[in-house]
Parts: sequence; structure tokens; C-alpha cells
Amino acid sequence: MPTIRQLKRRIASVKNSAKITNAIQLVAASKMRRAQDRALQSRPYAEKLRVVLAGLATMASGDEEAAHPLLANRPVRNVAILHITPDKGLCGGLNSNLNRSAGTFVAMQHEPVSVVAVGKKGRDFFVRAHAHVLAEFTDLGDYPTQGDTLAIARLIIDDYLAGTVDRVYMSFSQFVSTAVQRPVIRQLLPIEAPQADSVAAAEEFRSDYIFEPSPEVVLARLLPRYIEMQIYEAVLESAASEQSAKMVAMKNATDNAQEITRELTLTYNKLRQEQITKELLDIVGGAAALEEK
Amino acid sequence: MPLTVEIVTAERVVRTERGVDVLIAPGSEGQLAILPRHAALMTTLDAGELIFRRGAEEAPFAITGGFMEVLRDRVTILADAAEAAEEIDIARAEAARARAEERLRRAREQGGRDVDTARAQAALQRSIMRLKVGARRRPRTGAPRPGG
Repeated sequence: MPTIRQLKRRIASVKNSAKITNAIQLVAASKMRRAQDRALQSRPYAEKLRVVLAGLATMASGDEEAAHPLLANRPVRNVAILHITPDKGLCGGLNSNLNRSAGTFVAMQHEPVSVVAVGKKGRDFFVRAHAHVLAEFTDLGDYPTQGDTLAIARLIIDDYLAGTVDRVYMSFSQFVSTAVQRPVIRQLLPIEAPQADSVAAAEEFRSDYIFEPSPEVVLARLLPRYIEMQIYEAVLESAASEQSAKMVAMKNATDNAQEITRELTLTYNKLRQEQITKELLDIVGGAAALEEK
Repeated sequence: MPLTVEIVTAERVVRTERGVDVLIAPGSEGQLAILPRHAALMTTLDAGELIFRRGAEEAPFAITGGFMEVLRDRVTILADAAEAAEEIDIARAEAARARAEERLRRAREQGGRDVDTARAQAALQRSIMRLKVGARRRPRTGAPRPGG
């Protein structure tokens, strides 16, 4: 049974934790809104690029000769995975889910895998697992910019073109909703040309375009941009996921702390009441004993 | 029917302009002007100046490469980065240029990694571009600036 003083100290400490988690929750909520906004604002560009690429790829697929190296399927000897995680913790199961998903995926590969880590949590995970970490990009901040992700894309494209890796996957957290973030793994290279699935998009992209300078040149410029854009999008989605996961985790922590405070206060009040009763009994008992004399 | 021009970058939709009479864009094969009823076109763009002309009115933008799609009377510009002239902060662009020059010099002296040099070069190019377009900012009436 804890003493009254111990209880008092415990209550104060839990209340302190609740204040901190509540503050983190509020900050995460506002950061989440901005991160979501940014993810949404990148959509029109991404959509357009996809439509154009899908159209161009179907045109180019006619003759095998014109295919770009970034589209070529080579025999796979080395695999790389771009693993995107937050830098920080305190966001519930997000990091462990991401690391587990990527870890399982890497373990399943038959070819040697090297890792390009974005974010400290993923880097630490693969370093601990003694994986081959090719490069790391950390401290992108809460609102990563295109400039931050450009270097990542360049590294990956260079390695692929140099033949150091023959296939590149990307593991990141897809932002589904504030409550749901899903770890996903996608193939980044060679590029699997997006399908022009919607009829409207296919209609829009007719083959009677004038290409300047030529379809091959446009395609060659478009493909690296497509990789850059995909990485940028993934990083934005991850940032939005991080903030929402953090907000939810911290909300749970705050609620929990309040529940504990409530229970502890109840015990504290009971103990205090008991002590008062005991003291009263002592006094009454003492007075009665005096009167009897 | 006049043109509707949309400039989008990976980070945001920069501007949607309706009722444009002429669009002048820095195509990679040379500057080109798009008039209404242009044939369907897909072209790459270089870093340069993009100008909307509406009557006598002109609105310059600085862009750093990208793609342009012309379809019927709709033009979509997928720019790597784009900024309207009136948004350009001359002082900041100047500072950026100085910074980029300094970085470039240091990278050359130390024989730094190619990535650093390439990045500094790109930054330098961008800042020069922005300064050029920013300097063109003038009253909307289109009166020539004193001293040209």
C-alpha cells in the first residue's frame, strides 16, 4: 500500500507527463494538417505526369529499340530498397510496422540487398540488422522539399544506370487516413509504366501529338522526373503519416494519463479519509479515557 | 477562344490563367509562342522566361525547365519550379546567387563531390534566372522602364 505522500508525488508526475503528451498532440495536429495539404497539392502534377507517361510508354512500346534504359528489365543480380521512415519516435507502432514490413521483404529476397535509408529510425533498424546500408538521408524535417528528395532520386538513378543495382524497391508509409497508415513496398526501377486505366485519360492522350524535339527525348526527360516525383510523393505521404500517427499515439497517452490520475486521486482521497477517521477515533478515544478518570 | 494556361509544379499549382492571347515559352528547341487553336504539342522546356500576353498586358514567370502540353485551347506546364515575377524577392534572389557562387567556388577548390558542384550550379542558374525575370517586373501598363 503506497503512503499518502507517495501517491501525491505519483499524481503530480503523471499529470506532468499528460501535459507533455498533450502538447505534442497539439503540435502534431497542426503539423499534420500542413503535411496533408502538401501531399494533396502535389497530386495534380503527379496525375498529369502519370497520364503523359502512360501515353508515351504505350507509344514507345511499339518498337523495342527505342525503350529507355530506365524501362529495361535486366537480369536481377543486386537489389536495392529505398526505406523511408521518420527521424523520430513517439508515433505509436508506425516505425516498427515500417521496419517489420521492410525487414521481412529484404529477408525474402534471393539476391543481395543494399539499403538506402531515409530517416533515422529505418537506418538504425538496418544498421542493427547488419544490412548493407548504401546511403542515408536524415533530418529532412517535418516538411521535406523537392530539393531534399532530388538528391535521393539522383543517387538511385545513378546507381541503377551504372549497373550496381538491377532492381529498386521503395518502402514507405502510405497515408490512408488520420487513423490508418499502411506500410507499402513498390517497385521503383525499372519503371513499370503506369496504365492509362481511365478512359478519359486515354482519350486525352492521343497519338497525334507533335513531339518536340522527339518522343524519345521527351520520354528520356520524363522518366527521371517520374522517379523524382514518386520519391517526393512517398516522402510527403510518410511525413503526413508520421504526424497523424504521432497525434493519435499522443492522444491515447494523454487519455491514459488522465485515467491513471483519476484512479490515483480516488485512492489518495480514500487513504486521506481513512487517516482522518483514524485520527478522530484517537482523539475521541483519548477524550473518553480522560473523562473516565 | 483564348488559351487557358495552368502551371503546376510538384509542390503546388502555381497559377491558372484564363483568357490568354499569346503564351511565350522557353522550349528546349528555342523560344516558342503558342496561339489559340495550336496543334496538339508536347515539348520539353528549358530554364527561362514564360510570358502570358493578354492584349497589351504581360505577366512574366521564371521557370526552371519542365514540360509543356498543348491540347486544344488548354496548356499545361509541368514545371520543375515556377515563380511569378511579382513574387520574386530580388534581395533574396541576389543573396541566393551570392551563396551559390560561394558554394561553387568552394566545391571547385576542394575538388568536392560532383553532387555538390552540380547542385551549386543548378542553384546558381536558378537564381540568375529569377533575377532576370524579377528585373522585368514593371507597371502593368507595359511602359518601358527608364534606362531599358
